[in-house]
Amino acid sequence: MAKDVRILHGELSPGTAMNLFSAAHPEAGGIVSFVGKVRPDKDVEELELKHYAPLTLAGMEELADATLARWALDGLLLHHRTGPMHPGDPIVLVAAAARHRRDAFQAAEFAMDHLKSDAWFWKREKRAGEWHWVEPRAEDHTDLARWT
Amino acid sequence: MKLVFLGKLADLAGAPDKDVPGPLDWRGLLDRLPGPLGEATKGAKVKLALNGTVLADKTALAANDGDEVALLPPVSGG
Repeated sequence: MAKDVRILHGELSPGTAMNLFSAAHPEAGGIVSFVGKVRPDKDVEELELKHYAPLTLAGMEELADATLARWALDGLLLHHRTGPMHPGDPIVLVAAAARHRRDAFQAAEFAMDHLKSDAWFWKREKRAGEWHWVEPRAEDHTDLARWT
Repeated sequence: MKLVFLGKLADLAGAPDKDVPGPLDWRGLLDRLPGPLGEATKGAKVKLALNGTVLADKTALAANDGDEVALLPPVSGG
């Protein structure tokens, strides 16, 4: 099982997922992981992510394939939450297992940069009781330009 | 056939999806989307997907009964 790509409708438990991923790749010399959390920011009370099943999961699978094709990895994990969440909640977990650490570091960062800018998710924030859709951030696209 | 509205387009539509009779082309789609929803859909950054495949040219839409057309505003990212 080289890739483990999921959209989670409930909680994301990075510790549990990492233990399973590590156990699944005893051959790896190292694992790099990144946990993205709902940033405790300004006056955000709640965050909601929406996805479109036919596109979102297929897009994440394609991203995983592209990442596996670019670096020598033993395994790659992409788990992303959807639905309502609160500041501090884990929202995304990316992990790359590899024989050597540089491949794992770069693969995890590549996958994360693409998830942040390309993935089919729409996000809204509740501030002072009102929902606001989050517009794309220019920085996310700048981050992506590094990989071309 | 079904129209699916994502992100802020769902707010403009007042619902996450809507059943409409097919067949449907780009002009027919715009006729079905009143006011701000139609205007937003015409925007350069809004894409269309037909049965899970994003159209390179949304004005070439050709959907029939049983199809699902998704209206996709720019993503906020993960």
